[in-house]
Amino acid sequence: MNKTKLKGGIFNRVSDTNLLLSITVVIFILMYLGAIIFLGSGFKKPQMLFNILNANAALIITACGMSLVMISGSIDISVGGVVALVSMCCAVYLDVNHHNGNVYVSMLIALGIGLAFGIIQGLLVAYLNIQPFIVTLAGMFFARGMTTIVSTAPFNVKNQAFDKLKLTRINVPGMGSYNKKGLYIPAYVEIGVLVALAVVVILFLVLRYTRLGRAFYAVGGNQQSALMLGVNVKRTKFLSHVFCGLLAGLGGYVYFLHVGSGAASHATGMEMNAIASSIIGGTMLTGGVGNVVGTLFGVLSLSTIQNIVSSAGLDQAWWTGITIAAMLCIFLLIQSIVIRQRKRALKR
Amino acid sequence: MENTTLLEMRSIDKSFPGVHALQNVDFTLRSGEIHALMGENGAGKSTLIKVLTGVYSKDQGVINLDGRFDVKIHSPQDAQNLGISTVYQEITLCPNLTVAENMYIGRGKKPITNWRKMNSDADKILRKLDIPARATQQLGTCSIAVQQMVAIARAVDMDCKVLILDEPTSSLDEQEVEKLFGLMRDLKATGVGIIFVTHFLDQVYEVCDRITVLRDGQLVGEYEIKDLPRVQLVSKMLGKEMDDLSDIKSDQDAYLGEDADEPVYEATQLWSDAGIKPFDFHIRKGEVNGFTGLLGSGRSESVRAIFGADRVLGGIVRMHGRQVHIRGPKDAMKNGIAYLPEDRKIDGIIGDLSVRENIILALQVMKGFFKPFTKAQAYAFADEYIKKLNIKTASADTPVKSLSGGNQQKVILARWLLMHPEYLILDEPTRGIDVGTKIDIQKLVLELAKDGMSITFISSETDEMLRTCSRLIVMRDRKVVGELSGEDLTQSMIMSTIAGGE
Amino acid sequence: MNKSLLKKITSNQLFIPLLALFLLAIINLIVDPSFFKVTLGTNNEGNPVLSGYLITILDYGSELAILAIGMTLVTSASGGQDISVGATIAITGSAMLRVLCGSNTRPEQLAAPIIVAFLVACIVGMLCGAFNGALVSIFKIQPMIATLILFTAGRSIAAWINNNELPIVPDPKFKYFGGFIPGIPIPTTVFIVIICVIVTALILKFTNLGLYTQSVGINEKSSRLNGINPTMIKMLAFIFLGLCVAVASLIKVSRLATINYSVIAKDIEMDAILAVALGGNSLSGGKFNIWASVLGAYIIQFLTTTLYKFNVQSDALAAYKAVVVILLVVFSAPKVRESLSRLKTKKALKAVNKGETK
Repeated sequence: MNKTKLKGGIFNRVSDTNLLLSITVVIFILMYLGAIIFLGSGFKKPQMLFNILNANAALIITACGMSLVMISGSIDISVGGVVALVSMCCAVYLDVNHHNGNVYVSMLIALGIGLAFGIIQGLLVAYLNIQPFIVTLAGMFFARGMTTIVSTAPFNVKNQAFDKLKLTRINVPGMGSYNKKGLYIPAYVEIGVLVALAVVVILFLVLRYTRLGRAFYAVGGNQQSALMLGVNVKRTKFLSHVFCGLLAGLGGYVYFLHVGSGAASHATGMEMNAIASSIIGGTMLTGGVGNVVGTLFGVLSLSTIQNIVSSAGLDQAWWTGITIAAMLCIFLLIQSIVIRQRKRALKR
Repeated sequence: MENTTLLEMRSIDKSFPGVHALQNVDFTLRSGEIHALMGENGAGKSTLIKVLTGVYSKDQGVINLDGRFDVKIHSPQDAQNLGISTVYQEITLCPNLTVAENMYIGRGKKPITNWRKMNSDADKILRKLDIPARATQQLGTCSIAVQQMVAIARAVDMDCKVLILDEPTSSLDEQEVEKLFGLMRDLKATGVGIIFVTHFLDQVYEVCDRITVLRDGQLVGEYEIKDLPRVQLVSKMLGKEMDDLSDIKSDQDAYLGEDADEPVYEATQLWSDAGIKPFDFHIRKGEVNGFTGLLGSGRSESVRAIFGADRVLGGIVRMHGRQVHIRGPKDAMKNGIAYLPEDRKIDGIIGDLSVRENIILALQVMKGFFKPFTKAQAYAFADEYIKKLNIKTASADTPVKSLSGGNQQKVILARWLLMHPEYLILDEPTRGIDVGTKIDIQKLVLELAKDGMSITFISSETDEMLRTCSRLIVMRDRKVVGELSGEDLTQSMIMSTIAGGE
Repeated sequence: MNKSLLKKITSNQLFIPLLALFLLAIINLIVDPSFFKVTLGTNNEGNPVLSGYLITILDYGSELAILAIGMTLVTSASGGQDISVGATIAITGSAMLRVLCGSNTRPEQLAAPIIVAFLVACIVGMLCGAFNGALVSIFKIQPMIATLILFTAGRSIAAWINNNELPIVPDPKFKYFGGFIPGIPIPTTVFIVIICVIVTALILKFTNLGLYTQSVGINEKSSRLNGINPTMIKMLAFIFLGLCVAVASLIKVSRLATINYSVIAKDIEMDAILAVALGGNSLSGGKFNIWASVLGAYIIQFLTTTLYKFNVQSDALAAYKAVVVILLVVFSAPKVRESLSRLKTKKALKAVNKGETK
């Protein structure tokens, strides 16, 4: 009896969230170190990491929103569609040949679209008790359809103020490198990365320190109990969808800022990448367990492995899909086994 | 302080589809008293409490609280804000949050959580109540008893006027119960009104001041504890005089076949992963025996091991002297063993399926995947047993979930009887059903035994077991600690064996 | 008496899908009655074929109808959905082409008979199903997440099987499955669906698959205590869906005689899930009605064809579909239904009260 207590001690002392988070972080670090040692060149430069961040800032933001709904036990698969719709609308609004609009207004448009999706989907899920999968599936269909209704042909945006914003680079001091000619090339990140990191920090604080944040976990952990404990379950669920929608809008703008164009095929499958990143980052679809810091590492792991695959010479297109899937599979199995072990340990 | 009325519930009415759960019930709680709410399972105690805590909305009636007339309670949050805090029978905490969070979530208005303060506050309370848990520990990693203590700590810590304890003691050991009682007396002294629901009569007479008895959704009456001796309390709960019940057994004959001494089922050193110690057990043809012990003593786990419902880890099993291997429910069924599980909703009925499908299910599985019954056959079976067991249902096609508890239980019983088992295990078949059905089932058990079926009967009501069983296996701490038969079969003998000690 | 009959009809599971179908038909009838015209003509090869919108619906709804059968079973048993069917169609289709064409992408003749290729596709489909099934039933991962793995990897695996080449099947007979058999004016796909439906009906009639699946979906614990093996049943459901995927991929690949890995059967998983939901089946598992799902599949195709007819672009289609879906789920949500009926009784009560005061 005493023995099992001691044995279970450290394992049991860590919460589910932290346990899964640390697994992810450790695997990410090992993977990156491995890449530096065995693949060298590109990975040695810090810019590699910043490039990964630049390319994935939008995914980080939407994946954080996804983690939020998943933590509260729901799901939102409309985010990819919303990202596409946002970039298309902003593109049409900003382009000189269309409306030649104001950059700041375009930001409001982006957030407004996201918010609208979040509110409507949240109402249907939380207050009418309709399955979130179906509601957000319809949301995805609607967003994708609307994107093509707004404009069918993909096009690049021309707008002075926007171009300036798009090309803004923030140099990271001390992280640069010298090229072959001995010229110092500073390392940089785009604006979107700052936004994404701010989102991660803010959401982390919200989830950890606010009443609402803890309510997300409670509702995801056990809806019935949360109700009995005096948590307003419906409002909490509703707000999780609103947040996710809003973040999808923001992510859409960051995506738009990165690519600078509108196209119906933008962000295809982004919802699945967001779900995969959340899971790799230790968020469980059953709800109640997860963390946005984990999600950040989830996105990083996902894109690092893609970079490793292409640097390793497996540059045929299919390897990316297969490695991501394999990684997802491994993480899911780890989660499944860890949780089962815990339950068994408790039973004894 | 004494005798000021704190809470009044007047003419409360509540119906669910098919059940009139509360009919015109009154309930009064005074400040500074511990008030027992008594009644059998299904009497309406839980419904009354859930109406009071805003989980259910009442159909009719008025609730007055602390001088305020007709307060509206629409959600557990409302109830909390009004100063009603509750510890429910089943644990209603979130296993993924920490102990401290579970104590403080849903309370207070502050939008920001101060973890350090919360943890130190929680630790203080945990230490005060001597609960072996840390504030920062994830609740899911605590044992069930500790989780229950945490729920109590939460309820106690909320500056409440009314504290409801709905069977909080079932997972606690003796010392923990004593701790709880001490706490209740302290709160009582400060003027809190406590509603205490329990099945243990001893506990009622140890701490309570008043008793309100419910039966079949109706109020029987409110009594001062000193005016109501135990025997009378029990007869009020049952709605019968004690003598009415005692003679079921006497007018039944035992099975008298030639093979009456042959053990039908025999197990040596059987154990499973549900945490019971290896035990020996046998049952003869036509015998009715039972496992008894407190909740959590391992009586359900023992019969589950016999049926292969949990993973069997070891032991030798013989049927009619021949060794058989029972690795899962299907093996047991093939050997003629049937098992009516303890929890009807979780383990028994298949809610959305019809009465007919529920009745034929076990026999159908026995017959095989590739040999479905024709519709006509299925209807014939269903109709036969609906009539035989007097199941009240609109038709054989009605979804079983819309039936009342007692009738659902009969459907599951029909499912197993249709299999014509040699050995029938009934785990709490009478829990949560009306008295009439209870007696029906007890009679049925004795009749079946007379026709040669071996039956193991488990009930948390000892007198029920005394009436039906000829031999009792007593369990404590997941171990078999004794066996009683013949003249030893008395209430006091059972109690002393369960309690143990020399 | 009349009222109860009406209630019986409206509470029937097939009521909403049939109503939707009926409404679509009416709209088309009003706007353009020629929608229902079916003509007999000849195609490029000089064979007699039927054409018209109705034939299009029947023809192009086939893959969806077949998938809906399997998806219903998976939904019922596991309480979740398989989102990998589109990707597995790519895998099985690719495997089929690999067997048919060998390593040569422009073969003069078939490397293996069509039936062998189809059987290989069936086995591959069932293996994919078994993989998903194992994750769901043994490792207890939610179906949507478990199938996310093949969803992500499927099209890549499909490309890998044929080394990213796009083989073209030389034998014109291969095109029969997704087109017409010479001399028979009805699309072959219709016959394939009929065969699938009959086979499924026979399975449901002569085995307990239906009863077991529903039991597991409604209450897994209690099914186990009645001797049913829930792991096995869930596996079976997923393997069965794998088989449906293989059949659907035969039609898909046959239509083109080749494959496009990234486009083939794109988003079909969403439509298949939608078909199950439109049929009035609960997406959280339990009781099911396969024929309602099949009906749901044709409703989706009906809607698609109607929208095409109104010159809606194929990409914008999704937006209209979404509106229809939302309307359907909102009106069939128990909460909405409850409040609607409460509104009715309130009105009735008011009427009664008025009558009394008068």
